[in-house]
Amino acid sequence: MSRLRLVLFGLGAVGLAVLWVVATTGLPPVGTDVHPYRDAAVAAAAAHATANVVSSINFDQRTFDTLGEETILLASVVAVTTLLRPADDERVEPPDPPPAVLPATRLAGWALLPVTLLVGADVVLHGHLTPGGGFQGGVVLATALHLLYLAGSFPALQWVRPTRWAPLLEPAGSGLFVVVGLAGLVVGAGFTAEFLPPGVLGAPLSSGTVLLLNVVAGVGVGAAVVSLLGQFLRQEIVIGPGAAP
Amino acid sequence: MTLTVVAWTVAGWLVLVGALGIVRSRDLVHTVVALSVAQSGTYVLLIAAGFQRGATVPILGAGGAGSSPVVDPLVQAMVLTDIVVSATVTALLLALTIQIAKRHGTVDPDELRALRG
Repeated sequence: MSRLRLVLFGLGAVGLAVLWVVATTGLPPVGTDVHPYRDAAVAAAAAHATANVVSSINFDQRTFDTLGEETILLASVVAVTTLLRPADDERVEPPDPPPAVLPATRLAGWALLPVTLLVGADVVLHGHLTPGGGFQGGVVLATALHLLYLAGSFPALQWVRPTRWAPLLEPAGSGLFVVVGLAGLVVGAGFTAEFLPPGVLGAPLSSGTVLLLNVVAGVGVGAAVVSLLGQFLRQEIVIGPGAAP
Repeated sequence: MTLTVVAWTVAGWLVLVGALGIVRSRDLVHTVVALSVAQSGTYVLLIAAGFQRGATVPILGAGGAGSSPVVDPLVQAMVLTDIVVSATVTALLLALTIQIAKRHGTVDPDELRALRG
C-alpha cells in the first residue's frame, strides 16, 4: 500500500518535473529589467502619493482582492471557533496553576509587551510609507498579547486579552473594510476606489484610503489572530474530557 | 543564467518535496507542515519572477526619489496574500486535526479508515 503510493507519487513527480522544466525554460531569465506590471504599479502608486508600492497594490489597486483575503480570514476564524467549541462530552475546567517560569522569562514577557504593542501600531500606521501594513502589524499586535502566555501568566492573558470583543472585532474589521469600499461608491469613485485626497508623497497623512484600510485591516487581522490562538490555547488549557456519559 | 536555474529549481523542488512529505506522512500535524513547505515554493517562484539585478525596494523616495529601478511590487503583494491564506488554512487544518485526534484517538492518516458520525 505504502509502496504503491510512493510509486504513484514518483510517476506524478517525474511528470510534474518534466512539465516544470519545459515551462520554466520558456520564461525570461531572473533579474531582467523588463517588468511591465512593476512600471504600471509604481506609476499608479505615485499618482496616489503612496510611498509603499506594495501597500498601494494591496489597499488601492487591488482592494477588491484584499477584501476577499479578509473574508477568507473571517471564514477561517468562524470555522476554527466552530470546530473547537467544547463538545457534549467535554467540560470547561478552571485552568491548572501555570508551571513555574524563570523570573527572567516573566520579566522579559512583561517588559516586551508595551514594546511589541508599540512596534505593531507603528507597522500598521506607517504601512503606507515604509515596509509593513495592516496584515503584518495586526499579527505583531496579536503576538504582543501572547507574550503574557509565554511569561507564564495565563490568567493575566485572559484578563488583558479581549476575549469578549475579539470575536466581534474581527467581523467589525472586515465590515469596516466593506464600508470604506461602499463609501467610494457613494462618493461616485466606484466600489473600493480611492476617494480621499491623496496628500503629499511621504507625509504621515498621505495615500488617502490606503492608511484607513491599513488600520481597518490591522484591527481585523489582530483580532483574528487573537481569536485563533485563543481557541487553540483554550482547547489545551481549560477544556478537558468530561465524566463518562 | 545560473540564478534563473537556481530560482526555478528551488521553487519546483520545494513544491515536490512538500508533496512527498504529504504522501509519506504518518502524522497529520506533519502533513499540515508539509503542505506549508509545498506552498512556500510559490513564494520563491513569485519573488524570483519580480527580481531585478541592482534594483532597490519598492518604496518610493527611499532610493533617490524614483531614480533607481525597484523590484516588482506586484509579486510581493501576491506573496503577502499567499502567506495570509496559508496561515488561515494551516489554522483550519490544525483545528480539524485536533477534532480527529479527539474522535478517533489517532493522528496517523493510515489508521483513519472508517467514517464515524
